[in-house]
Amino acid sequence: MIVEFTLNGEPAQARVVSPVSLLDVLRDQLQLPGSKSACAQGECGSCSVVFDGEVICSCLVMAVDVAGSSVTTVEGLGEPGVLNAVQEAMVDAGAVQCGFCTPGIVVAATELFNANPSPDVEEIKEALAGNICRCTGYGAIVRALQGLAEGSR
Amino acid sequence: MTAPTRQRPTTGEAGIGTSPVRPDGVSKVQGTFAYAQDLERPDMLWGATVRSPHPHARVIGIDIAPALAIGGVHAVITADDVPGRGVFGLEHPDQPVLADETVAFWGEPVAVVAAEDEETARRAAAAVVVEYEELEPSVDPEEADRADDVFRRMRIRRGDQTLRGEVVVEGVYEVGMQDQAPLGTEAGLAVPDGQGGVDLYATSQFVHVDQEQVVASLGLRPEQVRAHPTGVGGAFGAREDVNLHIHLCMLALHTGRPVKMVYSRAESFTGHVHRHPAKMWYRHEADREGRLVRVEARILIDGGAYASTTSAVLANACYFAVGPYRADSVSVDGVGTRTNNPPCGAMRGFGAVQVCVGYEAQMDRLAEELGIDPLELRRRNALATGDRMPTTGQVIETPLPVLEVIDSLAAMPLPDAAPGTDLPGGSGLTTEPQHVIRGVGYAFGIKNLAFSEGSDDYAEARVRLAEEGAVVETAAIEVGQGLVTVLAQITRSALGVSRAVVRHVDTSRIGSAGSTSASRQTQMSGGATLEAATRLRDRILERHSGDDLTDEGVVRGDDVVVPMTDLIAEAWEETVTFRHPATEPSDGDGQGRVHADFAVAGHRAVVDVDPELGLVNVVRVDTVQDVGRALNPESVRGQIEGGILQGVGLAVMEELVIEDGVIRNPTFTDYLLPTILDAPDVEALLIEQDGSWGPYGAKGVGEPPTISSTAAVAAAIRAASGKPIHRVPVRPQDIAF
Amino acid sequence: MQAHHPTSLGEALAAVATGARPLAGGTDLMVEVNFGHDRPDHVVGLRRVPELKTWEGNRIGSAVTWRRIERDGPNALAQAARTVGSPQIRNAGTIGGNLATASPAGDGHPFIAAVDASIELVSQSGSRVVPWHEFFTGVKKTSIAPGELIASVVLPAELPDRHEFGKVGVRSAMVISTVCAVVTRNPDGRTTVALGSVAPTPMRAVRAEQMISSITTPSTSDLDEFRRLVSEEVSPITDHRSTEEYRRHAAGTLARRLLERCLR
Repeated sequence: MIVEFTLNGEPAQARVVSPVSLLDVLRDQLQLPGSKSACAQGECGSCSVVFDGEVICSCLVMAVDVAGSSVTTVEGLGEPGVLNAVQEAMVDAGAVQCGFCTPGIVVAATELFNANPSPDVEEIKEALAGNICRCTGYGAIVRALQGLAEGSR
Repeated sequence: MTAPTRQRPTTGEAGIGTSPVRPDGVSKVQGTFAYAQDLERPDMLWGATVRSPHPHARVIGIDIAPALAIGGVHAVITADDVPGRGVFGLEHPDQPVLADETVAFWGEPVAVVAAEDEETARRAAAAVVVEYEELEPSVDPEEADRADDVFRRMRIRRGDQTLRGEVVVEGVYEVGMQDQAPLGTEAGLAVPDGQGGVDLYATSQFVHVDQEQVVASLGLRPEQVRAHPTGVGGAFGAREDVNLHIHLCMLALHTGRPVKMVYSRAESFTGHVHRHPAKMWYRHEADREGRLVRVEARILIDGGAYASTTSAVLANACYFAVGPYRADSVSVDGVGTRTNNPPCGAMRGFGAVQVCVGYEAQMDRLAEELGIDPLELRRRNALATGDRMPTTGQVIETPLPVLEVIDSLAAMPLPDAAPGTDLPGGSGLTTEPQHVIRGVGYAFGIKNLAFSEGSDDYAEARVRLAEEGAVVETAAIEVGQGLVTVLAQITRSALGVSRAVVRHVDTSRIGSAGSTSASRQTQMSGGATLEAATRLRDRILERHSGDDLTDEGVVRGDDVVVPMTDLIAEAWEETVTFRHPATEPSDGDGQGRVHADFAVAGHRAVVDVDPELGLVNVVRVDTVQDVGRALNPESVRGQIEGGILQGVGLAVMEELVIEDGVIRNPTFTDYLLPTILDAPDVEALLIEQDGSWGPYGAKGVGEPPTISSTAAVAAAIRAASGKPIHRVPVRPQDIAF
Repeated sequence: MQAHHPTSLGEALAAVATGARPLAGGTDLMVEVNFGHDRPDHVVGLRRVPELKTWEGNRIGSAVTWRRIERDGPNALAQAARTVGSPQIRNAGTIGGNLATASPAGDGHPFIAAVDASIELVSQSGSRVVPWHEFFTGVKKTSIAPGELIASVVLPAELPDRHEFGKVGVRSAMVISTVCAVVTRNPDGRTTVALGSVAPTPMRAVRAEQMISSITTPSTSDLDEFRRLVSEEVSPITDHRSTEEYRRHAAGTLARRLLERCLR
């Protein structure tokens, strides 16, 4: 069946013949490999996207159920070719190592800052509790986002 | 003759000692950075693997017909189809490319398939019928030791073996099986070249060794296989051995089509080697003043089904079994067993992690027995430059600031005693401040840098001038650690130009850089880059009689005499193979100049423990690390914080649970990795001393953060709970009962 | 592959009647799909059904997400909600999905058991309200009949005066419980204690409840006895996550602590 939805602000459609995930459709069919597959069970956050206004794991959304919904992936954040404030803070603070978790963290943190431009450190950690990073120990990620939050106070 | 090397500014615009932004940072935050998982070819097939459901069984027969009957399936390959060497392995090729007569561990590959899409490939893999006759698995390492089913035994004897101390402590310690759990699973794409050869783009830490193993197993000529560095989502040792590499190349050549394969998380847990589980028996003897007189250790690590790097890991565990301490008399016996458990091999720390859990627990117990402050006991025994290693007898020639590390760590301020806002049990609300006891624990660790025991350890790098600036060409793998940043920094500083980039090239276009492991690439590929850039600069200045090289070109006096565009047109390049000071294998008593360099680090863990429920919150881990010279302080800090959290994970939650040879928790639901709420605050102090052979005196920094952080957390839990804690990870029941 | 996207309960029930698999947040079902354990080819998405997303008074629609419960739920249920998976999971996962999966470790179950909530099941032929203890019939088994959907969780009109939730796990967030529990207490002493991960279904420690309910101001030794009884009544197993012995110990310890919190 053809599933029609809004993807990064544009109309999109996918042909879905099995109960595959939104993540698979994004990566394999819609040429958006920014969302990463690392656990396939919602335990790492690497595939985080904004789905009808909420951050969710796209590996746990059945693609056929996306009909009529709005999806924003890491590729759809900010203006084309320009980093958003979270992305810029992450790069500047050295919060990226292997980078496999990074798109998911950028999506989750961007949503946090959209809702609350100056979160405190507990709120930052709470919002990222579902995003596993194996490289950084999270220190630089927290510093990046704390700096951003302080800048907007 | 080249002109004498001029002293270059060692800091400045994005040179060494600064922390420029990563060149791949922007593409990584945008999601456009290409990992092996993201590679595609228009006509590519997907591969999948048939795996053994038994830890030990005879393969009676394999029926591939049901898989081939599925529409869209192009190939099913078994052991019979492996054209060349049927086995692979980093040190001793003993692991079948595809299991032939028997399977020796749970999840061992038996066949691989290629199909039009991933789902069809997985269905086809499930449709292959393998008939097994189950055999009794060997799952008890101690039994394997008794049966002499081992990969290596190691014996170290140094000093007068009859020496005895007045105070003796003995203990038995265990370390569970940790997994590297890089976020990116194993993935790759093999593309046939149409002339019988193949190009491989796959997750790796060492493309040249991948290439060699593919060549051997496919029976090809070396020039027919090109392994290309590609985007890697973390490694930590998991990618030193090949896994899907040979399979992909076989499928690509068999079908004549590009073939891609991506392991699921469960496959990743069986598809790469793990950190060896260990059991250690220790006896420390000291005089009344606390000087170590004798250390005896028996160390057992389980290598699982195949050799991988068990020999080297065992050797390392034995060589560093005493820690960064002097001892007059040392006896270490080690064994790496062969069982039907999952194969183990390289993981960050490589044998030095396990023994640190043992010897640091012993040092604390010895201090208690002697009534000496635990840090004071360590000061009295601290190794220093010029000393002999307590195990190998090797004279330590490079800076080894053990005492400075101990003193600096002791001087770092401690946090307030009261439990903070984060309590043991976290969001589960199990624990209130009145249930908490705080503990503080210290541990210190030592490890070699780069390869040891006489291996010919080298790295090749090329520096050339091009439109985009100075280009460093290398096959050294970037796994996230920041190699692409630091090699460019070295080039800027050494060459005197501000634009420098790192370009990865495949195995046919440059010599080996060696593995991205053993904390070695900054020293090795960095060393090659420094020498290449320096020589290049000297040659250019000599040819053009210049005084200086800048972004504008060759400068003589106050004038630019040869503009950069001309230099680029002259196609200057320099290729260097860098070797560290030679090492040698140890003798029958484990003696010799075995290691190229050493690094020491210390960790102080502050933990809040809920003793009744056995729950732990690691509040903070402070550290002092011997780094030689911090070429990129921000990257060093990143390695330290990341390494510490992996150490914390091993201390309190990370363990692959093996029952009868089967991994019971091969998922992220049950193999728990620390979340951001589990991460302690970290304060790091770097000790910089000249004298190491790395570029600008740099030492490798990747592994020391993991070596003693686990032991420090264990010590802190011991201090808080009063429980002996002889095993990591520490489970709630180990504290509560 | 066939999928329905109903916007009313009637349409949803019609789809379920034809055999379509209910799909709410997807956070359990998709794990099974991704791991190759399940491959539904006919589903009905429940996200767009207003009746199921309605939360009125003591009736919580089955498609209400954990995120919403975390914000708006009664104390112990909100505490439980905050421990369900990750923020991403809570944004998608629903209370009805948690019930339908009926994992022994379901974080929402102890509250439902502790307050004696009921589950409203609805089909084209009508609806029925099932007490929680009849709803759960075994490990991942429920009394949902073919053609039925979970419509809502019906809490009692009046909740106990105090209720507290706790969950033992070795990670600070995003962890399957080793033991989880809810204790409720009324000023007259009436106490309930419900536990998860210690039996095939959520359970009440009835003897401990009886013992402590008769004591209006429990002493330390009463609390010790309460704890002992809870540890005795649970029937946990040893698996790769924990041991029977530790779960017994943790169940009693946690229940006692939660009771102490209720008594403050």
